[in-house]
Amino acid sequence: MEDFSTLFTEIDQTTKTNAKVAALVRYFEKADSADMLWAIAILSGNTPKRSIKLGNLKAWAAELAGLPMWLFEECYYIVGDLAETIALCLPPPTGQIELGLRETIHLLKGITARTDEEKKILICRHWMHIGALERFVFNKLMTGNFRMGLSKQLVIRALSIHFGMDEQMIAHSLMGKWDPDEEKLDRLFTEEPHTDRQYQPYPFYLAYPLEVDPSSLGDIHDWLVEKKYDGIRGQIIVRQHKLYIWSRGEELLTDKFPEFETLASVLPDGTVLDGEILPWKDGRPLPFQVMQTRISRKRISPKTLLDTPLAMLCYDLLELGGKDIRILEMRMRRKMLMDLLETYPTTGLLHLSPQLHFDNWDDLAVFRADARLHDCEGVMLKKWDSPYEAGRRRGKWWKWKTQALTIDGVLIYAQSGHGRRANLFTDYTFAVWDGDVLVPFAKAYSGLTDKEIAELDNWVKRHTVTKFGPVRSVHPLLVFEIAFEGIQRSSRHKSGVALRFPRILRWRRDKSVAEANHISDLRALIHVQA
Amino acid sequence: MLRNYFYTGLLYFIKMLEFSDRGIYCPQADVYIDPWKPVGKAIITHAHSDHARPGSDVYLCQLHSTELLKQRLGFGIKVEGLEYGKHIQINGVDISLFPAGHIIGSAQVRLEYKGEIWVVSGDYKLTDDGISTPFEPVTCHHFITECTFGLPIYKFPDQQEVFDDMNRFWQDNACEGMNTVFIGYSLGKAQRIVQGLNAGIGPVFLHGAIANIHEALARQGFAFPGERVQGDTPKEQFYKAVIIAPTSALGSPWLKKFSPYRIGFCSGWMQLRGARRRRGVDRGFILSDHADWDQLNAAVKATGAQHIYATHGYQHVYAHWVREAYGLEGHEVQSFFQPVDSEDI
Ligand SMILES: [Zn+2]
Ligand SMILES: [Zn+2]
Repeated sequence: MEDFSTLFTEIDQTTKTNAKVAALVRYFEKADSADMLWAIAILSGNTPKRSIKLGNLKAWAAELAGLPMWLFEECYYIVGDLAETIALCLPPPTGQIELGLRETIHLLKGITARTDEEKKILICRHWMHIGALERFVFNKLMTGNFRMGLSKQLVIRALSIHFGMDEQMIAHSLMGKWDPDEEKLDRLFTEEPHTDRQYQPYPFYLAYPLEVDPSSLGDIHDWLVEKKYDGIRGQIIVRQHKLYIWSRGEELLTDKFPEFETLASVLPDGTVLDGEILPWKDGRPLPFQVMQTRISRKRISPKTLLDTPLAMLCYDLLELGGKDIRILEMRMRRKMLMDLLETYPTTGLLHLSPQLHFDNWDDLAVFRADARLHDCEGVMLKKWDSPYEAGRRRGKWWKWKTQALTIDGVLIYAQSGHGRRANLFTDYTFAVWDGDVLVPFAKAYSGLTDKEIAELDNWVKRHTVTKFGPVRSVHPLLVFEIAFEGIQRSSRHKSGVALRFPRILRWRRDKSVAEANHISDLRALIHVQA
Repeated sequence: MLRNYFYTGLLYFIKMLEFSDRGIYCPQADVYIDPWKPVGKAIITHAHSDHARPGSDVYLCQLHSTELLKQRLGFGIKVEGLEYGKHIQINGVDISLFPAGHIIGSAQVRLEYKGEIWVVSGDYKLTDDGISTPFEPVTCHHFITECTFGLPIYKFPDQQEVFDDMNRFWQDNACEGMNTVFIGYSLGKAQRIVQGLNAGIGPVFLHGAIANIHEALARQGFAFPGERVQGDTPKEQFYKAVIIAPTSALGSPWLKKFSPYRIGFCSGWMQLRGARRRRGVDRGFILSDHADWDQLNAAVKATGAQHIYATHGYQHVYAHWVREAYGLEGHEVQSFFQPVDSEDI
């Protein structure tokens, strides 16, 4: 565990990606293969299930540290991270034991079935035999939120350096769920295709937002222009008569989307499609919220299937006849995709994402500004000669989203953040006027600069009206411009609307509270969108 | 807060010290301790800007604080220096100063009147930093203590370990041909950093604010190494160098001329991962001039005081703890002074 804990510190200490990758490579050189498999799993977001109740961990740590519970809770409130709070509060260790990462995880897996009293003895003994840093990492394994400020892409890069293998091959090997105890390093990272891992999707090619004037991209005819749909980006895979549907977040969603099941017998083996899965009716998408409700359902009733039928708008073809064709140009892949969709009777389930035709960038800009009227959130620009790459890349693909919807809201509640922002009020609730009452309509966490957050934090402390738990209500004095991607009617929200991706656009110091928007302005936006 | 205090305190303290909106006040001697507004007579525990405020008629402080006070509050101020352990009488109140170990010239103020003894700690630490006179516990009935780090999450590592880490950081940066910028308060922290560095690694430079402090300290007889960064210091001189600068330098264009560099932030707050990350620096080093949790508890117990007044930090928590853990009369005193900036506290 010491090596892994050191790795954690090294990654934690730097904001520079190169330094993080270097630390990972150093760790991979040293680590034994069983530990390394677990490290890769954990670093790429595949943490073991939590085996101990957080309440118990708190109580045991407080008892060991000789602290009353209220004081321990105060500490937790200030630190904002339980793993760290425990590591800071525990008394110095009384001895030393050396356990590898894998052994440590097995220790935790092994106690799941034990009684609370037995768990307590084992955990306390372990705590008292490891150093401060290892305690922190050990606690992180137990609390199960192992964010290390490290993207999966960096882990992939480090592995590709370590094994001297292509990044895309590594990314492919790491896709989906795999068990670090079942896998072998050389089997996981081998150049041979995994015959027994036919369910594996390809790493998604993701576009960066376009931040420059599109005219700098050259001739518009060099680009494939498509709508940017607001659904679930996914891959549909048919291999050996079996269907797999993966989301961009690498979630296997096959069971959630039973209507696609027939594709397994319709599409030829060795087909992989990339596209957007949308609730689709009468030739147009239904609101995104419809999809969310459907995904959150455990069981999908025939009625749901009827009300919210799904379809995939196909963007790309990655595999055909069992052959990886990602290296081919977009132009070619699209041609093959069109042929495929015409050849096989997938009616109603698969649609080609239509190409939009514009003669110049200005016309496209007009379309983009009105994107919502065209049932999309902007456009995608893909160079006709682009291969299908892995991960988020600049240059050949761009997303150009329409400007967000905005509303001016009044800050009414503030709550302290977590992790990096613990001890600062960073989560805010905003309200609009309904008569002379302020009705909350959005919660937003992001959009302010660190400086503004610090200033606002100070302001909140001085303008608190009441405290309830971690939340403070404040004097309604400040106005912020809130941007969001979509708006829906909602009976669950006081304001009667639900927003998608609300965020703070800016602090409107120039506006008084009276100038904030009215609930009717919000409702009007529903119509703009529809 | 204040009102609460008056209710509980009324019975026994119509005498020695009260907490007014100008600072801690002794009616009998008509003096204030660390007043945040102008008053007649002010006793200053130490020269940090949240304790030493301008505008009072007369100042009394520890002998080694006088030059610092003049430099910070103006050379025209009336200031008298008193040695540690020496006593003066003001209208029957016996006043003396004892080492607080916080920075050079930092003092605890002891006041005795008709057999009752109060001690105002100011800021303090129990660690001997080898620069300021080490903290001495003073027996008293009433102890007013700071509690900047009054939570059990604050347990500072051994300072030598921290200096070793800092020197390693410097050495590693130097190996890559990079400069190292250490950020710390100008008064107190900067001197400890200079002292703890291994000068064999490279040259040491000082931000103007720190060089000014060193000049004041030199007048007081304390010498510290390090060269002032001048506007015309050639860039080539900053090679494998350490530059020590106050917090205000962070993110300022002043840092440009040291490029390429890495930044280490030296403060007790660096104990928390969130605080380290929020600073956006390359490394945080846990180096503090305040007492950590264990030191606070040790200090409180060593005074033998029955009444503990917690101020300047997590006073609510700490007062509660003192009542519960030690059965003492723990009181919470709100500090009214809001630091203008975080620099030099
Ligand atoms: Zn202070
Ligand atoms: Zn101080």
